[in-house]
Order: sequence, then C-alpha cells, then structure tokens
Amino acid sequence: MNTAGSAVQIEGLHKQFLDKESGRKIVALRDINLAIPAGTISAFVGPDGAGKTTLLRLMAGLLRADTGSVEVLGVDARRDPQQIQDRISYMPQRFGLYEDLSVQENLDLYADLHGVAAQDRVKRYARLMEMTGLAKFTARPAGKLSGGMKQKLGLACTLVRSPELLLLDEPTVGVDPLSRVELWEIVEQLRQDEHLTVIISTAYLDEAERCAQVYVLHEGEVLAHGTPQALSDHARGRCFMALQQSRQPSRVLQAKLLDNTDMIIDAVPQGGDVRFILNEHTQSDAPALQEVLDGARVEAVKPRLEDGFMVLMRAKLHQDKAAVEASLAAAASLSNSSANAQGPASDTSDEVMIEVRDLVRKFGDFIAVNSTSFAVKRGEIFGLLGPNGAGKTTTFRMLCGLLPATSGFLQVAGVNLRTARADARRRIGYVSQKFSLYGNLSVMENLEFFGGAYGLRGKRLRQRIATVTEQFELHGLERTPSGHLPGGFKQRLAMAVGLLHEPDILFLDEPTSGTDPLARREFWRRITALANTGVTIIITTHFLDEAEYCDRIVIQDAGELKALGTPREVWVQAGHSASSPLNMEKAFIDIVNQARQAAARSEQEVAHA
Amino acid sequence: MPENSIATAQVDISQHSFRAFMRRLFALTRKEVRQLLRDKSNLSIGLLLPVILMLIFGYGLSLDVKNAPIAVVMDDASPTAMEAVVGLQLSPFLSPLMLTSMQEAEAMMLAREVDGIVRVPSSYSRDLAAGHASIQVIVHGAEASRASIILNYLTATLAQQGSRSADRLGGISQGGLGYINVESRLWFNESNTSTWYLVPGLIVLIITLVGAFLTALVMAREWERGTFEALFVTPVKPVEILLAKIIPYFCVGIIGLAMCLCTARFLFGVPMEGSLIILLFASVLYLLVALGIGLLISSVTKNQFMASQVSLLVSLLPVFMLSGFMFDLRNVPMAINIIGHLFPATHFMSLIKTLMLAGNVWPQIILECSILIAYAVLFISLARVVTRKRLD
Repeated sequence: MNTAGSAVQIEGLHKQFLDKESGRKIVALRDINLAIPAGTISAFVGPDGAGKTTLLRLMAGLLRADTGSVEVLGVDARRDPQQIQDRISYMPQRFGLYEDLSVQENLDLYADLHGVAAQDRVKRYARLMEMTGLAKFTARPAGKLSGGMKQKLGLACTLVRSPELLLLDEPTVGVDPLSRVELWEIVEQLRQDEHLTVIISTAYLDEAERCAQVYVLHEGEVLAHGTPQALSDHARGRCFMALQQSRQPSRVLQAKLLDNTDMIIDAVPQGGDVRFILNEHTQSDAPALQEVLDGARVEAVKPRLEDGFMVLMRAKLHQDKAAVEASLAAAASLSNSSANAQGPASDTSDEVMIEVRDLVRKFGDFIAVNSTSFAVKRGEIFGLLGPNGAGKTTTFRMLCGLLPATSGFLQVAGVNLRTARADARRRIGYVSQKFSLYGNLSVMENLEFFGGAYGLRGKRLRQRIATVTEQFELHGLERTPSGHLPGGFKQRLAMAVGLLHEPDILFLDEPTSGTDPLARREFWRRITALANTGVTIIITTHFLDEAEYCDRIVIQDAGELKALGTPREVWVQAGHSASSPLNMEKAFIDIVNQARQAAARSEQEVAHA
Repeated sequence: MPENSIATAQVDISQHSFRAFMRRLFALTRKEVRQLLRDKSNLSIGLLLPVILMLIFGYGLSLDVKNAPIAVVMDDASPTAMEAVVGLQLSPFLSPLMLTSMQEAEAMMLAREVDGIVRVPSSYSRDLAAGHASIQVIVHGAEASRASIILNYLTATLAQQGSRSADRLGGISQGGLGYINVESRLWFNESNTSTWYLVPGLIVLIITLVGAFLTALVMAREWERGTFEALFVTPVKPVEILLAKIIPYFCVGIIGLAMCLCTARFLFGVPMEGSLIILLFASVLYLLVALGIGLLISSVTKNQFMASQVSLLVSLLPVFMLSGFMFDLRNVPMAINIIGHLFPATHFMSLIKTLMLAGNVWPQIILECSILIAYAVLFISLARVVTRKRLD
C-alpha cells in the first residue's frame, strides 16, 4: 500500500460502545483496514448503523479506537487529535449551527477559530456566498433558514479555510434534489481548485457513483471497496430491463419479479419499466423467467453502483438467505390472499378516499400551502414530493388532521376534516418519520397501548395484534423493549401500530430516509402489497426513484402544487416526450426550476410595470 | 547564529500561539455574549429574576409580625387598667381592638379575626395596689412561630408598661412581687427584621442561580444540539470553551450581585457593617465556585433536562434548605449540620451574613475565603478534566 499518497490510513481498527440502557456492548466497527488516497473524493456508503459516522468521528479525533491505529495526514489520531483537528475540516451530520446567530456571525465564528486572516476572508466569503447562494441572507439568524440552506451554511462554515482533508457526514440527508446537486457542485469544484481530499458518507448510491473510491460498510465491516466501476462490475452481465407492453403500473411486474428469489436478486421500477438483476445461475432466456415476465421484452443494461451493491448485500446475507426469502414471502403473501379476495390490484374501485379543494394554510403572513386541490382513490399509492419548505409536511399534517386548514375543503374517508376531525382520525393510520413509540415499553406493550388508544379491546384487540404481528413478522420479539429493536424492525413495529385499527388510509412520513436499498425494497414490497388489500397510502419521500412505486404523485414548491399525475404524466408535464424513458429526479428538478423561473419572470414584470 | 534564531522562533511561536489563544477566546466569548443577549429567557433568569426574588422576599415573605390584631378585654375599666394596656396601642407590631366581653373576643379568636386576647381582670386595680396584679394573655397557637413571636411582643410590651407604672407608684416595692423588668436586646440584627436576615441569603441564592443553574443549561445545550461536534474539530482548546462560558456569566453574576446589594442597601436599609471590598471578593470567589459546579454538571450530564435537575438538587435546594438561609444550622441535628457544611453555599452564607450584619471578623473571613478558594479550584479543575474534545 502506498502510504505516502494516503490521507488516511487505518489498520486493524475496532470500536465498540456500551449501551447504557441494556448494559450490553455494541460493536460499531470491526477490523477496519483502509487507505484513502489523497486528492480524491471517497465515499462511505451503507445503511444507518453501519458505522459510517463512527468511522468519520474516529478520523476527526472525536472518538478513540479500542484497538488498531488511525493515522490522519500522517498524524496518529490517538496521540495528537488536536493537530488533526487543526488541519482538517469536519461537517457532522447534524451541523451545529448556532441558530440564534446570523449567517454572517456563524461564518465569522468559524473563521476566527481557524485563524483566517482578514484579507483572505473577503475573497473566501465572496466565493462561499457565490457557491451557496447565501449572499442575500447574511443577516438572517441561522435558525430561520430552510433545511437545505442550513446544510449549505454548515458546509460554508466548514470551508472558511482550505483544509487538508474534508470530512462530510451525510451532507445531503434531508436535503432536496436541487440542493443536493448544488452541494455536490461545491465539493467537486473545491477538490479541483484546491486539491482537497474529501471523505463523504452517504446513503445515496448515485452520489457515491461520483466518487473515486467507494467503501461499502455493513454492520461495522467494510463489505467491499473499489472504484464505482469495479463495484458495479459485481453485477455485470446480470442486469436487465423488462420493457412492459401493458399500461399497468411497473410496480406490479416489479413485485412479481422480486418475489422470485430463486432467480432474481433485485428488481426496481425504473423509467416506467422494471430493472432487475438475475442471480448467477439464471439465464435471461430461462423459461421460468419468461413465464414471470409475461410477455415483457428483456434488454441487457449496464450495471450501476446500486446493482453491484445489491449483489454484494445479497451475497452477504446469503447465510441467512432463508430469513430474507421468508420475509419477502410474508410481505407478498399479504397481497396474494387479498388478491384472491378482492381481485387484481389494477381494479381499484373509483371510491374517492381523500378529496382536497383549494386548500390553504397560512402561518401569519406566510402562505405555507396555497390553493391546492387533488383527489386520491381507494387503494392508490399517492406520493407527496417537493423540496424542503415546499409545503409537503404542512399538507401532510392537514390531511391527517394534525393541523387545521386556514381555508378550503378537505374530506378524508368520506368525513369532512374541518367539522369531524375525530371521526376522520379513527379511519387513518399514521407512521411518523421519527420513531415515536415508547422505547422502554416492549413490542407487545406498545401494541396493547396503541390498540387501547384506538378503542380496541378484548378479543378484537388480541385478534388484531395477532394479525399485525404475523403480517410484520414481529414474532419472538414481543417482549423486546422497542427501543432496542434494529432500525428496520422499529419501522415494522411503527407500521404494525399504524394499522392496528384497520384504517382505510395509511400516512407515511419519509419512511425510507436513512435506510439501505435492501430495506427499502422490502418496505416497498410491503407497501404495494398493502395497497392491493385496498388500503390507501399517502407517502412523502426524498428518494425520487421511489416516486415510481407510486400510482400518482404531486410535486409542490413554495406552497404551490406544480405537477400532479402518474409518474409518466409528470414526466410529460416536465417537458419531455411521453415515449422517452422517464427519470423522476430530472423531472422533479425541471419542474421546480421552471416554476421558479416563471415566478422570477412574473416578479420582474411586476417590477417593470 | 543558529541557536539564536531557534530561540527567536520559539518566542515567535509562543507569542503566536498566545495571540491565537486570545483570538479564539475573543471569538467564542463574543458568540456567547451574542447568544446570551438574544436568548431572552436566559437573560431574564440572570437579571430579572434576582429583582423579582428580592422584592418577593423583601416584602412578601417577611417572617416578621406587623400589626397583629389583638382583642383587649377590659373587665376593669379604671384608668390604671387602661394605662396597663396603652403600650399595646403604641407598638408597631400589634394592633389592639378594645372589647368589653370575653365571649366576643373568643368568637373573634375562633374566626381568626384576632391572633390573641389580652384580658385585664376586674380585680386589676385592686391587685396592683396590693402588689400582685396579673393580666391574662392568650395567643392563637395554630402557627407556632408566629404565635411565639406575638406572645413575646405582648409580654414585653405589657411588662414594660407594668414596670413604668410601678416606678410611678413610688418605687416602694423595688425588687418586690410581680414586677419583672425585662430588658431584651438582639444582637447583629437590631431591629430583628427578617429582611435583614434574608437579603444576604438571597445574594447567595442569586449567585448560585446564575453561576450553577444558567451555566449548566447553556453548556448542556451545546452538547444536546450537537453544536460542539463541529466546534471540536477546529483548533479550539477545551480551556477556551470553558473560559468563554465563564466570562459572560461571570459578568451577569456580578451585575446580579450589584443589583442585590443596591436593593439591600437602599430599599431595605440592610446595614453593611463589614468591608464592602471583602464582601465583593468573597462573592467573586463564590461565583467562581458556582460556575465551576455548573460547568461540571453540564459536562457530565450533557443534556439540558438532566443538567437542570441535577443543578437544582445539588446547588439551589441546598441553598434553601441546608445553608442556613431559612433554618439556622445550629438548631438542626448534627448529621444535617455536617452535610450542610459540605456545601460551599453554607460557608459563603455565614460569611456574607457576618459581613453585612456584624462586621469584619477576620478569623472567619480567612477561614471561609480559603474554603471557597479550595472549592473554586476543585470544581473548575474538575470541569476542565471532564470537558474533553471527545464524544465517547
């Protein structure tokens, strides 16, 4: 290994934490060996809890390794963390901006701490302001910026001087696609101009694809590393697109493919078609596969990083392959049984479950949601998409009756929310973004408590609890304190609780942020199965590729509804031809940009008049 | 010359690092001051609360008895008898109500319209002439401490008047029956107003509040909001972070102290028997102790809720209960007395009371100040040791 060219050199690193509540030791990192080449951008990818943050904190000298060595810029992190901290810049996941200080004051604080000379500051600030677009807001308190702006200010504070090494911990989490693109442009530009070494952790595999080196972390271990190309090659020759002839939503075929675990490793809806990866024993012309494909044309495609990642993850999980299969089978069984009872999914009734007309919500002078209208039918998966501060959360909260509307008509499950909010609430289930169950109550106690809160008791409560424990595979975990459950199980429990009272509508707020692709597949398999049973799903998400699981989506920006329809309709609204393969991320960015330009134009016209 | 140049370089580095230290300290302190000024809740706890507490304790929560209503039943309406009770009317502590029947007085007592009854028997004039006059005094005992204060006032006033009458009668029976000459004096709090006694205690309370409670909260808030994580990965040293927290809150504490002293002097007329300089010096020492405790608590708990609970338990409650603020430690069981003396507040309390009400007692000043210095050094160095730029 070429030590001289390495910005970071880690050997035999182990790190464990003591969980104070249970008194158990939790292994955060085991046997990590890596050398990060200087002058490049490297990415750590992996799900929440994989050890990405711990690894970055060890490099920043904020944590001390149990065993093994961490050498950053040639300095031993154990012996002299201060020297490392003098030379690097680190942006933690939750960047600690001082919310009551203004943008300028935050910047000045970090410039003073890093000892940036006054004459250098002028140039640096001008550059940072230009890159981040914060110039207009220098006097605004940091607490009053939108999420994306805060992230950019955090990055600006980390970059008040040129560090020798830049560590970024999930800088794009909770940041909308527009801000993500801008953040990446800033980082890339800096690397070119100042030959920075950048280490970035991310849950987005498309972001990792821009990096020179990718380290795939899983449960505290480096599962694989290499260039994005090398990692993608794990899936070479096994990636295909199934081009659909019928007009049915691509998630139907995707679900069928994903259920065939003996042939297929992964399947996702993409561009109105289905992308899938075959396992090593299956040929694309295998008769069994043709049967599943049901007439869809198959075309080989180039593997992406995500494909390689999925192959690696599946291989890793091969030991407990049975468990994965069982969980997917259980998720699917739900849809099969109901499909028999209610007929195919595409035959959803025309019953309108949610109707919104001219909905407005103001906070003082600020219009958070402006005259929004749409309707959602039974069994539909309806996605709310938009940049930070677009009004998604406000709309979402009004729909579940957590926030009263200022004006407009709002009917949920046939009940007018403005007059009979309690009635409507009984017919909806809600799964919040954060885990909002009682962490120190066991799984069973949580189910019993929330069942009681929904008015279920006696035999009916026991029956429902049995059903949801079965449905979400919580068997054997009944007595585990829910705070100790691994992330994916927490979400399952949250969904089980949300469905206890058999609601007609399930609201999910950013359910997939921070989860790995594997967990996301499983989650969506459950959601599509649930929709097939006639439950209406309203979901918000930052992952735009997930919009393709939705029957219809709405895109909001600055409180206004900008686009509404099926993913393909939205693609057309964004100004693309109906036959071109759709790319939801592009559609989103185009629509939001068009709307903003139009707004700027009309503002100018008003100014001229 | 190479040796020389090395020496100069070292000087340069040390000067440079001192300048860097000052620059960072200035930046952090400025940030701290800005936050303090913008966060209205902290500032009002630091500056408004002391004034409110002073006014509440000074006016509202006085332990004194003033104008206690007393029923005076005159079974003997002779001028001699009237003379016996006239002193009650002149007392600022009592407000007598002349009645003629005992039943009426008892009814008022049951209704708690009066706190006590003074009954002059019909045989008073006769007995006085005979040299063994007596007056019955009954006090409502529901509030024991108030009752005993009223009883004291009543007997003192009546005895004074009695002795005066006796003098006028010619002094024949000097040292004779029944005429007790009570001479009561109170030392150090001559007017026996509890305000005098409470105000020094309030100063202790307010310094504790600003020093320990506020500092614990602001430091814990940084841990909780994750603002430290980014701050740590800069050239900042833990000492600079601590100093930057201490400086503004030290100033707030001094302003609070000044306000307390002014209110004490000009509003309540509390005397300043000892040296003001020594009092200020001792207050600064105690403020440093409190700041040290606050920083230590927050660095250990790292969360605002815990920090506020712990600082309430280990700093504010002991000031109320165990420092001699409300209850004199000489009257409590030995064990509690010892526990009380473990708290720095107790030492500062006794010192500040002596300084304000008694004067400069040098052995005590030296002893308590040394104890405070020891505590200040202990807590601030512990805070320094505990505050590390580490997250585990």
